[in-house]
Amino acid sequence: MIASIAFYLFATLTIAPALAVIFARNPVHSVLWLIVAFFNSAGLMLLLGAEFIAMLVVIVYVGAVAVLFLFVVMMLDIDFASLRSGFTRNLPFGIIIALVLLAEIIIAVSAWQAGPALSGHNVAATTQPNIVALGQLLYSRYLFPFEIAGLILLVAMVGAIVLTHRRRHDTRPQKVWKQVARRPDEAVKVLDPGVGEGMKL
Amino acid sequence: MTETFHHWGLTYEWSWFLATIIGILVIALPLMLAVAMIIYAERKIWAAMALRRGPNVVGPWGLLQSFADGLKVFLKETIIPTSANKGLFLIAPIVTFTVALIVWAVVPFAPGVVLANVNVGLLYILAASSLGVYGVIVAGWASNSKYPFFSALRAAAQMVSYEVSIGFVLITVVLWAGSFNLSAIVLQQKGHVLGLLNGFGFNPLLFPMWVVFFISSMAETFRTPFDLVEAESELVAGHQTEYSSMSFALFWLGEYANVILMCALNAILFWGGWMPPIDWAPLYSFFFTPELTGLFWLFAKMTFFFFCFGWVKATVPRYRYDQLMRLGWKIFLPLSLLFVILVSGWLMFTRYGGAGA
Repeated sequence: MIASIAFYLFATLTIAPALAVIFARNPVHSVLWLIVAFFNSAGLMLLLGAEFIAMLVVIVYVGAVAVLFLFVVMMLDIDFASLRSGFTRNLPFGIIIALVLLAEIIIAVSAWQAGPALSGHNVAATTQPNIVALGQLLYSRYLFPFEIAGLILLVAMVGAIVLTHRRRHDTRPQKVWKQVARRPDEAVKVLDPGVGEGMKL
Repeated sequence: MTETFHHWGLTYEWSWFLATIIGILVIALPLMLAVAMIIYAERKIWAAMALRRGPNVVGPWGLLQSFADGLKVFLKETIIPTSANKGLFLIAPIVTFTVALIVWAVVPFAPGVVLANVNVGLLYILAASSLGVYGVIVAGWASNSKYPFFSALRAAAQMVSYEVSIGFVLITVVLWAGSFNLSAIVLQQKGHVLGLLNGFGFNPLLFPMWVVFFISSMAETFRTPFDLVEAESELVAGHQTEYSSMSFALFWLGEYANVILMCALNAILFWGGWMPPIDWAPLYSFFFTPELTGLFWLFAKMTFFFFCFGWVKATVPRYRYDQLMRLGWKIFLPLSLLFVILVSGWLMFTRYGGAGA
């Protein structure tokens, strides 16, 4: 019974905030509702026995991706009037996208028993922890796609850095190694100027 | 305990529910007491290092100082700035406090003494601690004030940066222990070095990782020398600037609960958790029962690490923000990546029979 209470709790708390993401007027509120939705979907994963995926959802989506979303949205200066002005112009296109999404959802829901992997039954619980099972699959059967995915992500990261990196010549950043390597005899010069001669620097 | 309630005639599910609630209270209430005492202890440590007396008026030796502070804070009015975002403004301290408490669910206190013995315990801790940043960000944004907002931005960047290297450090530990379960990680450290010393920290390959973890855990809890989030000289009180009374106190409680947690994690992941430092049978149960002895060792280690935290706070000056980022991204990240490769390579050769296997 507690399991079903938990399921309905998590399900409600996933769907209601998901709606709130769309209807919230303040974009920061939208992002925060999105975080609530992510978090509760992790709870649903947990109920399914996929504890590793649940933790990954929280660590990756809630802990990293959504922080960056929030970071960006908080700093944006959004002009709501100009955002709303395009509403009627973009409405037909929006409706088309909504219809496509609706069709996808209907197809997905009506075919939930179709695939060979699930066929509507729960996956039998194994004594193996999630992580062990996933690791064994990823590093044997799916080794190549796994490595390729890693490589693509690396390329994307390098690309993002290359595209946004610019070398500025007007800054003088701290060079820690230079400071550490500095010795008193090269930093301090002892002079004894005669009276009235002054210093030559 | 579940069995006892079940025996009394409750259904199994409800007795489990009741037992869990009691377990939560047994952890959370002493934790609050520990926070109060540890704030007092820390003030005494700083005072001693600054050749002062520290709190010495309320109660014997000033022991009740934290409770007096708590009472004062509790009796004050909660002020909400007019232009603040009311709901979020009030939720932020609650988030900080809750997140600091939920992490304790998976911490093993003694052999077999743990609220939730889950096999992704370490990931759970990572997940929960990555939630902690929301308390600060939301507080900074909802205050609708400049300093708290700067503080929120700093907090977000700092947390995300140091979580990366903490993640890699944890991977080295997990590789060596072969499990994400914290109790299993503790047990794997038994006689780890020469069959005599309990703790991954004694291992020369993992000791540098402990140093990285120790420093990162200070950055993760926004402690000096990484307390740029609430740097008084720059940001007043950071994200707490607009807070008063209990909402302010919740931030403090959550912060110190996190500090104690980080001390516990240092002990559990690298220094043998509830095991004595030396693998010698009488040390496991000299204090009444093995459980109480385990608690004794864990608390002794936590207190030691807490002393180190206080020591650092009393002596090390604050980092500048670019230095903080440099340390996180240019030193800790490559270093921990290198050690992930070293550790996995070493394990590959010694445990799994070479690269060909």
